[in-house]
Formats: sequence, structure tokens, C-alpha cells
Amino acid sequence: MAYRWKNTLRDKDVTDEAAFLNRRQLMAGAAAGMGLAGIGAAQARAQGLEPTSYEDITTYNNYYEFGTGKGDPVDHAHMLTTEPWSVTIDGLVDRPGDYAFEDIMAKMTVEERIYRFRCVEAWSMVVPWNGFELADLLEMAGVQSNARFVAFETALRPDEMPGVKYPVLDWPYVEGLRLDEATHPLTLMATGIYGKEIPNQNGAPLRLVVPWKYGFKSIKSIVRITLTEAEPPTSWNKANAREYGFYSNVNPQVDHPRWSQASERVIGSGLFARRQDTLMFNGYGDDVAGLYEGMDLTKFF
Amino acid sequence: MAIVDHMNQALRRVPAWPIYVASLGYAAWMLWLGIQNRLGADPVKVLEHEMGQMALYLLVAGLAVTPLRKLAGVNLLKFRRALGLACFFFVVCHLLVWAVLDVQRIDRVWADIVKRPYITVGMAAFVLLIPLAVTSNNLSVRKMGAAGWARLHQLVYPAAILGGVHYVMLVKGWQIRPLVFLAVIAGLIAWRFLMTRKKAASRVRTAS
Repeated sequence: MAYRWKNTLRDKDVTDEAAFLNRRQLMAGAAAGMGLAGIGAAQARAQGLEPTSYEDITTYNNYYEFGTGKGDPVDHAHMLTTEPWSVTIDGLVDRPGDYAFEDIMAKMTVEERIYRFRCVEAWSMVVPWNGFELADLLEMAGVQSNARFVAFETALRPDEMPGVKYPVLDWPYVEGLRLDEATHPLTLMATGIYGKEIPNQNGAPLRLVVPWKYGFKSIKSIVRITLTEAEPPTSWNKANAREYGFYSNVNPQVDHPRWSQASERVIGSGLFARRQDTLMFNGYGDDVAGLYEGMDLTKFF
Repeated sequence: MAIVDHMNQALRRVPAWPIYVASLGYAAWMLWLGIQNRLGADPVKVLEHEMGQMALYLLVAGLAVTPLRKLAGVNLLKFRRALGLACFFFVVCHLLVWAVLDVQRIDRVWADIVKRPYITVGMAAFVLLIPLAVTSNNLSVRKMGAAGWARLHQLVYPAAILGGVHYVMLVKGWQIRPLVFLAVIAGLIAWRFLMTRKKAASRVRTAS
């Protein structure tokens, strides 16, 4: 089941940041040589897809269990114990149980996926993830035929998570996907970034990555996966149903009630960078638009 | 009481102009850090929020001057104009960073002002502060008369409330900081209304 999706974003042979930075310099040199006016749309787009630096990816995080500031997770997430770790898989599965992280990893095929990452707050990154397809994990547990949704839950550890003292959200953080979304080849369980073990502030030891949805759908530090028949509750939807729907697909035509989603600030591009137009399904429309055929996306936002 | 007297005496010798210098310097320093790419991953938001936050701090400081004098006897009245103008300066910086560096397009700026309640609220606060900034000089006080000038400058109360509400509305979820700001602002204003009511009541009592 692994390797079902081929990266069109970048050649997938590049793993270390030095290589990325090297190329960025090359491109900057080329752009300077051509002059600003000479940069075509295609090249500008290619620049937008330059992977974000490891430092930015790992110091600019939304992980409210460690605080609501972007820098809080990197400051506090070291408190989180990620070893040992196990994931409870239950609900409508043939083989429910607590799966140790190492046992899962022994069975999964880890590959690199360079994905756009679009936050609902209208900023974006490009992240070189390492991980395995969620579909493989679900297959391991054996999804029963009446299952239609997958529910996820983040660890809740008041001793290790200073942010959960405050009722910013109804803890623990929960998320959900439709089964066809969950088993889509793009849907990843990430365990690494830039070929390194995923840092705690990014959701160690394993987190979901659904690249065509807003970032908050990609739930971190997962301890439970439950197959259900009914649509499961999701944290931000519970907090504010008017602003955050169950689907939360990236959609430049459907604004957040408080801000426009038509464009995004690219993280790492500096103080004077132009905003970038947001792409439908975050640029993954060719792969996922079929999942939502016939649905009114302004209603099911 | 002696300590407060000493303090007020010392304060009389402190000029107000360093508030202007520090405000300009701080904004310039932050902009410089941003240009140097030393404001982290999302420099636009850092700059935007820093300017907005400074405006709120100075708003609270300005509102605290009278209660401090009445309750603790500490007299900071000579600094109040500088606090108010510095606040307005940071509001303008905040607005400029938002419009020029963040939103970047005039049509989107306008669309946001009309469509997004928290931006509408923030803009309303800014608009209310404009006449206050314009009349923050001795000539205006003389021309308008002290009473009229004071009445106009009561616009700072709705502006402050709107500023606090703007902050509460823009964050995701229920966060502590913006709520604390709003509570402090509301508290400082409520105290004034309670005082005027008490004064009015005691006036009625002495009259009867």
C-alpha cells in the first residue's frame, strides 16, 4: 500500500536541509540575474514550493496543549514523554487493542512526502514529512464494513502540558475524518521531518497530516484512533461551529468569518514578501476533488 | 504619605519627552529587526501584534493616571499626554503594518474593514482616537475650553473598550491575555463612573 502517491512538488531524493538551502541560493541567484520583472508565474510558484527551513517548521507551531503562543510549543513540549508510546485502536475494527509505537513502526513503510501545509490562520509552509500512509495502519487493525468515520485523540497529560490548565479548548484535542479521506493515499501519519525524528512540538511521536485540509485537522501526538459509524466530534468545531466545519478543506472561496482565506503569508519569506494566492484543496484538487463531488462546499466547509 | 510626596517631588523633575523618544525608538528597532529577518518565522504578525500590544499597554497606562492619583496619591498627570500620543502612534503603526505588510492590497483592506467585525471594531477605535490626537496640544485646550476639551477626550473610554474587544475577538478560542486586558480597561473605566455617581450622590445629600 505504501508509495501510492508520487510527489510532484519536488524530486523526492532530497532529504537534508543543506541541499534545500543550497538550491534556494541558486534560485535566488538566478532570480537576481533575471531581474524582478523577469520572474514568470511558473517560477514564482516554484519558489513558493521551496521547503520551509527546519528552524521555522520546528519553532513556529500551534499546539495549544503547550500554550497559545507560536513559540510556546518549542519552549514547553520537551516535557512530553514520548517513550513509551502506544496508540489505542478501537471501535469498528477486527483487531482492537493498544499498539506499541515500535510495533507499529516495524510494520509500516516510512517514506518522504513534501506537502504544502496551510494553516486556517492564513499562513503556509512546505514541509518535508517522513511517515506512513494511514491506510496501512487502518488495514493492520482491520476496518469493519460498517465503519464510515475515523476519530483521533491527542494525549492529555496535565503534568506534561502546561497549556491544558486553561479551557482554551475542550481537552483532549479530538479530530476526525471520513473513512475515504482517511484511507486516501495522501493522508499520512508523520513520524519525521527532514529525515529526522519528529520533534515534540510538531506532534511526536506520530501525528496526522492531511495536506488538503487546514492544519488543525492534522492532529498531533495521537493516542487513540476509533473507527465509528457516526461523524465524530472535532475540537474546533465544538469550540466554534460557525467558524470551523468538520471538513475544513482548504478553500480560497470560502472565507473564515473573521478573515479572508483567498491568500496566505508564506512562512520564512520575510517582512516584505508578497502574499501567495491560496489554491483550492491547497493544490491537491486533482487528487481529492472527487471525494467531494456533488457536495456544496460552502455548506460543508 | 511621605513616600508618595517624595515620589511626586522626584517625578516633577522627570521630563515627559523620553516617552516619545522611547516609542519612536522601539518601533524603529522592531522594524529594523524585521528587516534583518530577526523576528522569527512570521515577522509580519510579530510586528503587527507588537505594535497593537504596545498601543494597549499605553492605553491602560493613560487610563490608570487618574485612579493612581486619586487612590494612591501618585501624580503622573504630566505624562498623560505623552502616553496618549505614544498610544496613538503605535495604533497608527499597527494599522500600517496590517494594511501595507499583511493585507497588502487596498481593496482587501477595505473589504476587511467592512466585512470583518473585529477589524471594524479596531477601525472604530482608531477613528475615535483621531480627534484626541489632533487636539493633544495646549492651543486646542485653550481654544476649546477645559470643559469642552475634557468632554471630547472622554472618547477615549469607548475607544479603549473597542480596542480591548478587538483583541478578544481576533484570537482563536478563549485566551487569557486578551480577556485580562479587556477586564483591566473595563475596570479602569467603571471606577470613573462609580466615582462620578458617588460624587453626584454626595452632592445631592449636601444639598438636601
